[in-house]
Amino acid sequence: MILELRDICKDYMRGKMVVPVLKDIDLTVSEGEYIAIMGPSGSGKTTLMNLIGCLDRPTSGTRILRGEDLAGMDDNRMADLRNREIGFVFQNAELLPGLSAVENVALPLVYRGIKKTQRREMAKAMLERVGLGDRLEFKPNQLSGGQCQRVAIARAMVGSPSLLLADEPTGALDTQSGQQVMELFRQLNEEGVTIIMITHAPEVACCAKKTYLIRDGQIQIGGQR
Amino acid sequence: MLENISLSIQGIWNHKLRSLLTMLGIIIGIASIIAIVSTIKGTNEQIKEQLIGAGNNVVTVQLSQSGYPYEMQYNGIPEGVPVLTEEDRIHLAGLEGAQEAALYTERTYVDGLVYAGDIGFSGALRGVDQHYFDVNGYQIYLGRDFTQQDYDRYQKVAILDQNTAESLFAGQNPLGQVLEIDTEPFTVIGVVSLSSSYEPNISNYEEYATFVGFDSGSVYIPSNLWPLVCQYDEPQKVDIQAVTTDDMTSVGKESADYINAKLSVKEDSDLSYSSSDIMERAEQLQQLANATNQQLIWIASISLLVGGIGVMNIMLVTVTERTREIGLKKALGARKGRILWQFLTEAAVLTSLGGVIGVLAGIGMAQIVSRVAGSPTAISGPAILVAVLFSMLIGILFGLMPAVKASNLDPINALRRE
Repeated sequence: MILELRDICKDYMRGKMVVPVLKDIDLTVSEGEYIAIMGPSGSGKTTLMNLIGCLDRPTSGTRILRGEDLAGMDDNRMADLRNREIGFVFQNAELLPGLSAVENVALPLVYRGIKKTQRREMAKAMLERVGLGDRLEFKPNQLSGGQCQRVAIARAMVGSPSLLLADEPTGALDTQSGQQVMELFRQLNEEGVTIIMITHAPEVACCAKKTYLIRDGQIQIGGQR
Repeated sequence: MLENISLSIQGIWNHKLRSLLTMLGIIIGIASIIAIVSTIKGTNEQIKEQLIGAGNNVVTVQLSQSGYPYEMQYNGIPEGVPVLTEEDRIHLAGLEGAQEAALYTERTYVDGLVYAGDIGFSGALRGVDQHYFDVNGYQIYLGRDFTQQDYDRYQKVAILDQNTAESLFAGQNPLGQVLEIDTEPFTVIGVVSLSSSYEPNISNYEEYATFVGFDSGSVYIPSNLWPLVCQYDEPQKVDIQAVTTDDMTSVGKESADYINAKLSVKEDSDLSYSSSDIMERAEQLQQLANATNQQLIWIASISLLVGGIGVMNIMLVTVTERTREIGLKKALGARKGRILWQFLTEAAVLTSLGGVIGVLAGIGMAQIVSRVAGSPTAISGPAILVAVLFSMLIGILFGLMPAVKASNLDPINALRRE
C-alpha cells in the first residue's frame, strides 16, 4: 500500500459560507497502479490532487502515505515528504526558464542535499531515459512543448518517488506530443512506477488501468481493465 | 550557499538596468561616505605630518596664565617671572632627550611697528638668540646669520624670512636695506628660509592656519636689542628640539618644571610655564576636522536608508513576479528556510555589489575632491571593509520582509496563479 485516504473532507470558506469541496473520499493506491481520476472542472479533482501531493491539508480524515500518517506534520516535514515520495507533473511543465534542461531536472535533488556532480549524473541519466539525452544544455525556450513536458517528467522521476502525480499532463500539448507523453507514462508504469493522473479527457484516462470519477465532491469507480 | 550567490549574480545580470537603478541609492550613499571618510583621513594625516613634522621635534615652552598663553604685549611684564639666562638655556639643552634649545621673545602680530620706507609690515617680530634658526630648521638663504659680534656690539641688524623679504623689497636686493622698527633703523643682513627637510613648528590653530594658508612672515632681530623696540626684562619663550618625536612630551614637561622652579609668583596669579604638547594639539585639530565631517556622514547615511527602502521595494516586486517559481520549488520539496535564504542572498548580493561599486565611486569622488579643492585624501582600508559589510547588512535587513513573504507563499495558490 502506497497511499490510503480515509473519510477525507475538504471545505473551503467562500466569504462567510462554508463550501464543501470533497466529501468522505476513500481511496487506496497500491504499488505499481496506474490510476486516472476524471471529473468535470470544479468537481474537486485539483483539490484532491493537492491533498494526495501533500500540498494541502484536509478539513478532516486520515491520509497515510507509505505507512506514515500525515496528520499533524509541520510544513518542513511535508516539504521533505514531497521531495522524497512525490513526483509532480504539471499541465504547463513549469520549468524554470533560467535553467538548462539538466539543471531543471536536478532541482529536486538540490533540496535533498545531493552534491552537484552527482546531481548532474542522475539528471543526465533520467533525461536519457525520456529520450532527451542530446538536449541536456537546452533552455526551456529552446525546447518544444512535448520536450518540455518530458523534461518535467524526468524531473518528477529523478528522485525515485513512490508516486508520480500528473495534473492534466497532456492538456497543453498537441495530439502527437500528447501520445508520446502517454507512451512514456505507460513505459514507466511497466517498469513499476505508481502513477496517479488527473484529467478530464476520456481518451487520456483510458490509458490508465483504473479510472475514478469525481462528481460533486464524491468519488466512484469509473472503470477497470 | 555559493550556488545561491552565483544564481543571484546571474539574476542581477539578467536585469541589468533594474538592478543598477535599485543599487543606485546604496551606491550614492556608500560613495559619499567613502569620499568623506577619505577626506577626513587625508586631512588628519596632513595635520599630523605638519604638526609633528619630520626631523623637527620642537617643543615650545612658554608662560601661560589660567591655561592661556600670557601676552606680554597687552599684560606687561609679570611679577616674579625671571628672564632666562644662557646657563638656563644650556641646562635645558642638556636635558635627557633634548638636543638644542633657543630663547626668544616674540610678538606674533605687529602692526605699525615695522616699516620699510612707506611700506608697513604686519607679521611676527622676534628677538632671537644664536640658536633659534638652528632649532627651528631655518637656513641662511641670502646674506649672513647673526654673529657673536652683532650681539656684543648691539648692532641694529635684522634678518627676514623669504616671504617678508619678497613683500617688503620686491624687485630689490633686500641686503643692506633699512627697516624702521619703532623708529630705530635696522639694517637687513640676511634672509632665511626653511630648510627643505624641516617642517614648521606649529603649536596652535592660528599657526596652523598661517602655515597652510596665509603666511604673514617674520622679522628677526638680536634678542639683546628687544628692549630697544619693545620692553626691558621680558621673560622669554623657549624652543627645545627633542631628539625624537617620542621625547617631545617628556622634554617639554621637564623644561617647564625646571623653569617653574625659578618662579616666585603670587599664589593666586596662576602663572606658570607649560609646554604645548604637540600630540595633543594634533588630536584637537583632528577632532575639529572630524566633527564637521561626522555630520556629513549622517546625511550620507540617509541616502543609504533610502537605498535600502528601494531594495525592499524591488525585492517585493521580484517576489510577486516569481510567485510561480517559488510555488514550484516548494512543491518540489524546498523548505521555507531555503526560499528565505534564496531571497535574502539575492538582496544581500545586490546591495553588496552596490557597496563595492559605491566604494569605487567614492574613491573616484575623493580623488576629484582632492584635485579640485586641493585637500588631501587617504583611502581607508577598514572604512572600505565596513562600507561593504554595512551595505550587505542593509540588503539582509531590508530584504528580510520580502524574503519572509516569499517563504510563506502557499504553493497551491502560487502555482494556480496565471
